[in-house]
Amino acid sequence: MIWNETKECMSRDEMNNLQSKRLVKLVDRVYHNVEFYRKKMQELGIEPGDIRGIEDLEKLPFTTKNDLRDNYPFGLFAVPQSQIVRVHASSGTTGKATVVGYTKKDIDIWAECVARAFAQAGLNRDDIIQVAYGYGLFTGGLGAHYGAEHLGATVVPMSTGNTKKLTTMMKDFGATAIACTPSYLLHIAETLEADGDLDKIKLKAAICGAEPWTEAMRKQIEEKLHINAFDIYGLSEIMGPGVACDCIYHKGLHVYEDHFLPEIIDPETLKAVPEGVTGELVFTTLTKEGIPLLRYRTRDLTSISYDKCECGRTLARISRFKGRSDDMLIIRGVNVFPSQVEAALLEMGEASPHYMMIVDRVNNLDTLEIQVEVDEKFFSDKISELENLTKKIAHVIQQAIGLAAKIKLVEPKTIERSMGKAVHVIDKRKLV
Amino acid sequence: MFLNQISVFLENRTGRLDEVLETIKVNDINILSLSLADTSDYGLLRMIVSDAEKCKSVLKEAGFSAHLTPVIAVKLSHQVGQLQAILAEIDKAGMNIEYMYALATGNNDASIVIRTADVEETTRALEKIGVELVRSSDLV
Repeated sequence: MIWNETKECMSRDEMNNLQSKRLVKLVDRVYHNVEFYRKKMQELGIEPGDIRGIEDLEKLPFTTKNDLRDNYPFGLFAVPQSQIVRVHASSGTTGKATVVGYTKKDIDIWAECVARAFAQAGLNRDDIIQVAYGYGLFTGGLGAHYGAEHLGATVVPMSTGNTKKLTTMMKDFGATAIACTPSYLLHIAETLEADGDLDKIKLKAAICGAEPWTEAMRKQIEEKLHINAFDIYGLSEIMGPGVACDCIYHKGLHVYEDHFLPEIIDPETLKAVPEGVTGELVFTTLTKEGIPLLRYRTRDLTSISYDKCECGRTLARISRFKGRSDDMLIIRGVNVFPSQVEAALLEMGEASPHYMMIVDRVNNLDTLEIQVEVDEKFFSDKISELENLTKKIAHVIQQAIGLAAKIKLVEPKTIERSMGKAVHVIDKRKLV
Repeated sequence: MFLNQISVFLENRTGRLDEVLETIKVNDINILSLSLADTSDYGLLRMIVSDAEKCKSVLKEAGFSAHLTPVIAVKLSHQVGQLQAILAEIDKAGMNIEYMYALATGNNDASIVIRTADVEETTRALEKIGVELVRSSDLV
């Protein structure tokens, strides 16, 4: 089912017209209401009148995650705080959160976009949807929740953490769909299998996102649970989940481009790349009121296609992600930068520590091990002190990245030294 | 009056202990005693050697984390209750024993290596009751 046929199936010309009209208004809005953008545009020597449509998009400045951090917490908001009805936050590179704000209209548009994604997954008001993303500052839980409600479905706000309760309710309520991270869904599938409950559920679809996953993993989920699994994409800076989602043909994720204008650029030259060529995904939020962003660099690498899809939608499609143009890791749905770990270790002592982050996926759940060299600074002759050190590092790391990590002390000089840019991460998850 | 014990941090990896011992051998250092404490990820090798300073520097050169820690070595005759009597004295002095292990010194007696929080204080307490301590000159 197509939730909003007018918008999702409009011709390219109509879409470009709509986007142009919205872009002109957006630029006017941010120029007059956000000092950061006014200054940036003045530096570039452009005025709102210079932007007459999407053909002028290239003239506009980029926005990065650092810009959000530098303007922490509300510096980029374009409306008075009294109009903000909700904030969400995600982790930043130095422990300072990236904060985003939503007006009532933003929340409505977000719900509309998520409803489109759920409809794309074949769901409607007759469905019972378990939302098993975390509820809270993370956009996953509440984003999926409002979308499912907007769709008219029956929402079960599970959040995360209690798998047994989730599988019990899945059986007892006859839940027909679930929204959660793909790795958590595999964990749920294994729990159902172990309890001999796989044939006692009525699940027919899963809407998964918030972490990178492969086509192979998607198929594995589909086969194990006898369902259709869909890939939903989003980021809090732009909105949250529901920026794009794939359809039953699984040939790329449809971008809700009447609200989120996509571009693919070369991350080095910052110039647009041709259709079909892989580059960095950039979004301009066409309709957002709370924190509208011009050309936000997502750092996600993908390519775009404007061909009409077999499902009937004309919305641009982005391919499955091919990596990132920075070193951010997504572990159990949490954004982690190696620099956060480094900063935390540095705070414990004077010298720069040698460390290695090893990310793996064990029983379908992401694991993080951090190896730290025991040098002069850390050495103790007593096991109890070494154990205390391990605990202390674990605590400091958890405070910094919001994720529990296994700390392993290793001998000095055993972590490979690299010439030039140090390698601090070994990602053993097979994601690409 | 205490001995310098050498402590080495070892990961639980095949062959690491061997590499330490090889380094010590080629530098002509004799091991008089050793104890290995282990956890799931790593171990601590503690040794009394013929030349602790030299041992530390050659191990560091070879890339190991090595440390010197003062410990007390007490001579014990082969008589029932000897060890207990010494420990009772340490206890009386209010000292907590962090770890201990045996040290081979001769045919007619044995020695025990003891590490407490305050080695000097413990030495004084033991010397007061006339306990014979092993000196570093005994080890060469």
